[in-house]
Amino acid sequence: MQPIRTWLARGVLGAAMLGGVAAMPAAAQQAPAGAANTFDAVRARGTLICGVNTGLAGFAQPDSQGVWRGFDVDYCRAYAAAIFGDPNKVRFVPTTAQNRFTALQSGEVDVLSRNTTWTLSRDTSLGFDFTGTNFFDGQGFMVKASAGVKAAKELDGATICVQPGTTTEQNLTDWARANRIRFTPVVIERLEEVVSAFVAGRCDAYTTDASGLAATRSAQARPADYVILPDLISKEPLSPLVRQGDARFADIIRWTHFLLLSAEEFGITQANVQQMAQSDTRPEVQRMLGRNGELGRMLGLDNLWAVNVIRATGNYAEVFDRSLKPIGLQRGANGLWNQGGLQFSPPFR
Amino acid sequence: MSQTTTDPRLLRAPPKRPIKLSWADERVRGIVWQVLVVGILGGIIYWLWSNTVHNLEVRRIATGFGFLWREAGLPIAEHVIDYNPTDTYFRALLVGLLNTLKVAVVGIVLATVLGTLIGIARLSKNWLVAKIAAAYVEVIRDLPLLLQLLFWYAVLQGLPGPRQAINPMEGVFLSNRGLKLPWIEWQDAHTYAVLGFVLGAVATFLYRRAARAKQMQDGQPRRVWPVALGLMIALPLAIWVAFGAPWTPDIPALRGFNFRGGVNISPEFFALLLGLVLYTAGFIAEIVRAGILAVPHGQWEAAQALGLRPRQVLNQIVLPQALRVIIPPMTSQFLNLTKNSSLAVAIGYQDIVSIANTTLNQTGQAIEGIAIIMLVYLTISLSISLFMNWYNAKIALVER
Repeated sequence: MQPIRTWLARGVLGAAMLGGVAAMPAAAQQAPAGAANTFDAVRARGTLICGVNTGLAGFAQPDSQGVWRGFDVDYCRAYAAAIFGDPNKVRFVPTTAQNRFTALQSGEVDVLSRNTTWTLSRDTSLGFDFTGTNFFDGQGFMVKASAGVKAAKELDGATICVQPGTTTEQNLTDWARANRIRFTPVVIERLEEVVSAFVAGRCDAYTTDASGLAATRSAQARPADYVILPDLISKEPLSPLVRQGDARFADIIRWTHFLLLSAEEFGITQANVQQMAQSDTRPEVQRMLGRNGELGRMLGLDNLWAVNVIRATGNYAEVFDRSLKPIGLQRGANGLWNQGGLQFSPPFR
Repeated sequence: MSQTTTDPRLLRAPPKRPIKLSWADERVRGIVWQVLVVGILGGIIYWLWSNTVHNLEVRRIATGFGFLWREAGLPIAEHVIDYNPTDTYFRALLVGLLNTLKVAVVGIVLATVLGTLIGIARLSKNWLVAKIAAAYVEVIRDLPLLLQLLFWYAVLQGLPGPRQAINPMEGVFLSNRGLKLPWIEWQDAHTYAVLGFVLGAVATFLYRRAARAKQMQDGQPRRVWPVALGLMIALPLAIWVAFGAPWTPDIPALRGFNFRGGVNISPEFFALLLGLVLYTAGFIAEIVRAGILAVPHGQWEAAQALGLRPRQVLNQIVLPQALRVIIPPMTSQFLNLTKNSSLAVAIGYQDIVSIANTTLNQTGQAIEGIAIIMLVYLTISLSISLFMNWYNAKIALVER
């Protein structure tokens, strides 16, 4: 049951704070190097522990065989492929909106790949490093088609379902204040339960990131009964995050994302990566795929890390199309920079 | 043989023995052990504390309670005191605390009443009543509370929407948004009338005590209820009329998405209250039954032999003795109910745990957040314990 899980996570944090040093006493003495060895810890353990959503179609959800699938999940596999050369050396830990940060702070997970919005306060006072937006999102509203609502401003007086501990909750109050809209919140922690409250009619509207709305809508028995309103009330750059003061590990997470983008830009796919690694003549591709130079070793990885990653998950477009296209999301802002989108990779040099 | 003066030998102090710095001296041994135990305990506490501080620094996590005065920005659906999202985290937590107290106080009262009724029903000579009470206790006690809460919440969500709300009478609406009841527009006159009622209740209590004391002297029972009627009903009514008898009903009506006006009992609050009351009543019923069975049968018979009426037998003889058995375990049940109210997070009732969780999530200050939750529950629980211990001491058998 969820509250127990939440409490466990909190307990784990407490334990890690109080007694965690017992696990790495020497390291803790030489701060800040103490926190900067996630990479060594992961390698010694032999698996990467990746915090994902408890179940959000398109982003992270176990399929009928119990295998985790989705956009965020593919990113976790890409990290494992980069570090170990094997996309299966990863363990997924489902986290709720509320316990995700505690899970990362306490070291229960190594990296959080869980549709989390990059904000200043999270980046600073929570002790995290965001590694780069892998999905540009915005907060929207979903209502029942039968309600006849056409725009968010018509929601005055409505009851709105929202998950606690999210930027969504704060955006909602900011927006309501700015537009003088009165609403009654229904605040439920578990995604499944907040959605079921909305479906049962406890709320007039459900609010979260537009991608999450699309995922929820596609998972309903009759998606046509639900309407996503056109208004977006916030910017939600979703980014994977790691603990602060762990620059090396953060570099690997950051550059794995850039690798997926660059691979799309250069037309490297899951199918042709082996052949391109052998025969492509473009210098940047040769550097990226490890035929020339030492880029992989600079990251502290195998020089063929890029080949391993792309062979495991494909490029950004393939990851996107595999998970997010089926729930009805368009590339939009997430297109490459040279195709009118915002996704941009620094050069591999 | 009776001894009227104390033996002078007993007043003499024992001879002083100098402390020898030797392991053979038990006083030296005692001191050494105590210093050692306190030292180890202090060392452990210091180690835990310095570790925590050090780890927080290494992880660059902000510490301190300064966040309490920042703007919360979190929406809270139910609040006893005024609240809006521009208020501070401190006020948000206060609202959460009051929500916890609200459900705990109402829950304890209702669970006690229901539990007592079921406990007595289980002792009933009526076969059907006794069996129904027994079945209730066995079923309710054996199902996990969280499951029951989710069940009741799902049931309440199954009610029709606001536009198809069940409307049994003017101004009363039952829908999946909760139960809407008519209310009055609150004015000063109402506040004074409520104050009058409280004063009347205190005065009635004092009168009852005086009447009892007189009865002890002359054996003459006196009626309390006419005085109670005058002080608790007529007095507040008179105050209300004196202020011009304001009466503006506030009847809820469907406007837009939802009902406006009146008072609302939300499905979240009601599901939590229902779950807690039904669950705890199952345990209280057994405690009450045990308490009544603990009074020897001879007491009933002796009371009847004195010519007391059945109600007097229960009120004057059996219950005072049963209460001594009932009160201590009842304290545990009250504490359980209060602590179980933290399961509210599962069904979206914003109690102290829910709001503190959100706070620590938004500010990232988990240790402070958890410390606040612990402090709150410790304070509530200790208060209940203190009160119940006082009450227990008061009704305990005074032995001479």
